[in-house]
Amino acid sequence: MQDRTHFMQLLLGRLSWDAIPLHVPILVGTFIGTATLGLALLGFITYKRAWGYLWSQWFCSIDHKKIGVMYIVLGLIMLLRGFADAIMMRAQQALSFGSSVGYLPPEHYDQVFTAHGVIMIFFVAMPLVTGLMNYVVPLQIGARDVAFPFLNNFSFWMTTAGAVLVMMSLFIGEFARTGWLAYPPLSGIAYSPDVGVDYYIWSLQIAGIGTLLSGVNILATIIKMRAPGMSLMRMPIFTWTALCTNVLIVAAFPVLTAVLVLLSLDRYVGTDFFTNDFGGNAMMYVNLIWIWGHPEVYILILPVFGVFSEVVATFSGKRLFGYASMVYATVVITILSYLVWLHHFFTMGSGASVNSFFGITTMIISIPTGAKMFNWLFTMYRGRIRFDLPMLWTMGFMITFVIGGMTGVLLAVPPADFELHNSLFLVAHFHNVIIGGVVFGAFAGITFWFPKATGFQLDPFWGKVSFWFWLSGFWFAFTPLYVLGLMGVTRRLSHFDDPSLQIWFQIAAFGAVLILFGILAFLVQLFVSIKNRVALADVSGDCWHGRTLEWSTSSPPPEYNFAFTPLVHDQDAWWDMKSRGYVRPLSGFIPIHMPKSTPAGIVLAGISLVCGFALIWHIWWLGAAAFFAVIATAIAHTFNYDRDFHIPAEEVARVEQARTRLLATTV
Amino acid sequence: MSSLASEPINTANPPSFYLTQEHHPENGTMLGFWLYLMSDCLIFAVLFAMYGVLGRNYAAGPGPAQLFDLKVVAINTSMLLFSSITYGFAMLEMARNRQTATLIWLAITGAFGAAFVGLELNEFAHLIHDGAGPQRSAFLSSFFTLVGTHGLHVSFGIVWLITLMTQVLKHGLTEANRRRLSCLSLFWHFLDVVWIGVFTFVYLLGVLR
Repeated sequence: MQDRTHFMQLLLGRLSWDAIPLHVPILVGTFIGTATLGLALLGFITYKRAWGYLWSQWFCSIDHKKIGVMYIVLGLIMLLRGFADAIMMRAQQALSFGSSVGYLPPEHYDQVFTAHGVIMIFFVAMPLVTGLMNYVVPLQIGARDVAFPFLNNFSFWMTTAGAVLVMMSLFIGEFARTGWLAYPPLSGIAYSPDVGVDYYIWSLQIAGIGTLLSGVNILATIIKMRAPGMSLMRMPIFTWTALCTNVLIVAAFPVLTAVLVLLSLDRYVGTDFFTNDFGGNAMMYVNLIWIWGHPEVYILILPVFGVFSEVVATFSGKRLFGYASMVYATVVITILSYLVWLHHFFTMGSGASVNSFFGITTMIISIPTGAKMFNWLFTMYRGRIRFDLPMLWTMGFMITFVIGGMTGVLLAVPPADFELHNSLFLVAHFHNVIIGGVVFGAFAGITFWFPKATGFQLDPFWGKVSFWFWLSGFWFAFTPLYVLGLMGVTRRLSHFDDPSLQIWFQIAAFGAVLILFGILAFLVQLFVSIKNRVALADVSGDCWHGRTLEWSTSSPPPEYNFAFTPLVHDQDAWWDMKSRGYVRPLSGFIPIHMPKSTPAGIVLAGISLVCGFALIWHIWWLGAAAFFAVIATAIAHTFNYDRDFHIPAEEVARVEQARTRLLATTV
Repeated sequence: MSSLASEPINTANPPSFYLTQEHHPENGTMLGFWLYLMSDCLIFAVLFAMYGVLGRNYAAGPGPAQLFDLKVVAINTSMLLFSSITYGFAMLEMARNRQTATLIWLAITGAFGAAFVGLELNEFAHLIHDGAGPQRSAFLSSFFTLVGTHGLHVSFGIVWLITLMTQVLKHGLTEANRRRLSCLSLFWHFLDVVWIGVFTFVYLLGVLR
């Protein structure tokens, strides 16, 4: 008997039937729902016989456009999960007063708020902005693909593997109960002995590899692959923000990787980095994780600043006001974002001079950000503004984000922060800038570039419904949290004693329901648009009267993006081409050199997923086997030298002629 | 296109707006790899910072002066420095297009690297045997992690070196293989630079304390 349990432990590590949460009705219900939906989807794909198509045309594709779309799909799917967590928390806090304890026990509630934060940052916001950058940047700079197309596919699948691992924690074992940054000593082995923190560590490590590599990739793409004539100061602002964002990714994510390695060493090997005894120092973790964490929020916000710049210029029918100042503001924010991390823990007690330094640098960031705001306003000033969906999201952003920014400056004052630290005021502040900035920006970007990616526009009616629900829902959900925070209510509480606070939480829950309608309206919008795609079709490739190169090619763009590489003479290259009488070339096509698809990315990420799962559950043999399998597969992949091919000139001519015919039908 | 009217239109002598030849952008591999190395450098920066903060937290255990044997470390360091020189010779031979000589120098480089890793593992084994393992104190945790991460990089470099040698044997000094050898060269010299930091800050300054 003893031998058998020993054998089982060797075989399965910590994994056993106890890990399946059959005793938690919410999780069983969620599992049944997810499994039903999943099976329905798989069945539908099988029914449509679409597996081969999906595998060869999407999963193995190294086309930056398809990878961009897949990133955005991943982000939207995970948004549903992250939002489900959000509305559960809002419901719990609205109910759990006095003698009522709500419906979520504390250990479950703690997992919900941790998962919500992790998912929303790493698996919603990051995929959405990375997806937009992936799709748009090569088109904006007139390139055929990114610098390392295979790496791009690999990065996407690593991000997905991380997301899958987080989702698995829902049904096998549990997730961390530590908050989204997993501060030790709580996240150390002494206080979190179960698998939750390990799920956290390995999902972020696997996804982090993807993020880092995609950062290197887009950076090399922007530096090396711009069309002739596109000097740095002629790059579209979105490309500029993508450049700065990816500098931040390359310079910040290694710190996250390293600090999580140290935490895992504490948990797996028994080292003493962040422990209370043997000379460990938990505040080192807090410092390091925020040295990554603060640049991270700029990694999220800078690309959407770029989106808003493109949208404002396009829908005002004007060149962007203050292009150079916009570029310098972006660069200054990039640099300053490294000099403010300590404002996340003024209460550490590092002394008045240190706190003053970080308080002042934090306030200084509002100057370039304010400059951007004025640039957008002056672009709109005397412009012929078209109030299409992307512009609505942009204006919603401008109002919401300014208020979020101002509460941020309040928090930057160290004495004020001593009162507001860890309060709901802080929670309201960062949701104010993340929803008002990143989420609105992602929606602006998605509605702006959707017709480019698909060839038809998104339905404006349901888009407006979604926008107004999101905007009003946001204010209903988070204004009460500002009030509560000023009254001293702290974050991450699952129960309250003071009944006078309940009304504020009920208003906040109402706001969350409005946001739910906003999300549902967005899904309806997608569905309706696909259904009416013929009526909403755009054959011109330039449905918004765009200004940058991505609008010069067809919608959706051909595999090779541009039949001929564009020559750039000015900022807003496509606007320049249109206003100086550009004529689309109809002959003289040449073969185009393109990279080949490969399954190596999805295979490597799949094995990494197995490796992560094995390490979480201490199934050592499987972890070691998967680790060596990853290395062996990667090495085997390098033996494949046959990585590219030429699209023949006749094929290019055929595609371009098809577009010529299509254009002729509409003019 | 009504909004077009809001800006002056200049249609006089429109220039060419596209290339009629296939555009060959510069290969970004070396830049990309260098960017990756800088990110790796940050990982080492974090580990150095940890060592800087925790390096004196002995928790009543042994300190650097009792533990480090500078003679062994000196031999170890020379192994790594020699391997960098021999990698340089391999690159010179590559530039002269001499495949066999390149491979020989690469093999010597790998042997030096393996000697370095071997000596380091030996040092680790001694420390652990003497009760000065990574669990003993925060100082030892950060020491083992910093030095071990470097050693892990060198080991990975050796695996990569063997892979590239096989590929050079199979396909010759093709353009792709030259690019790969140049990447590994950057990686190898980078590890050398990091080691000089480790040698100075961990071993030399440690023994001085």
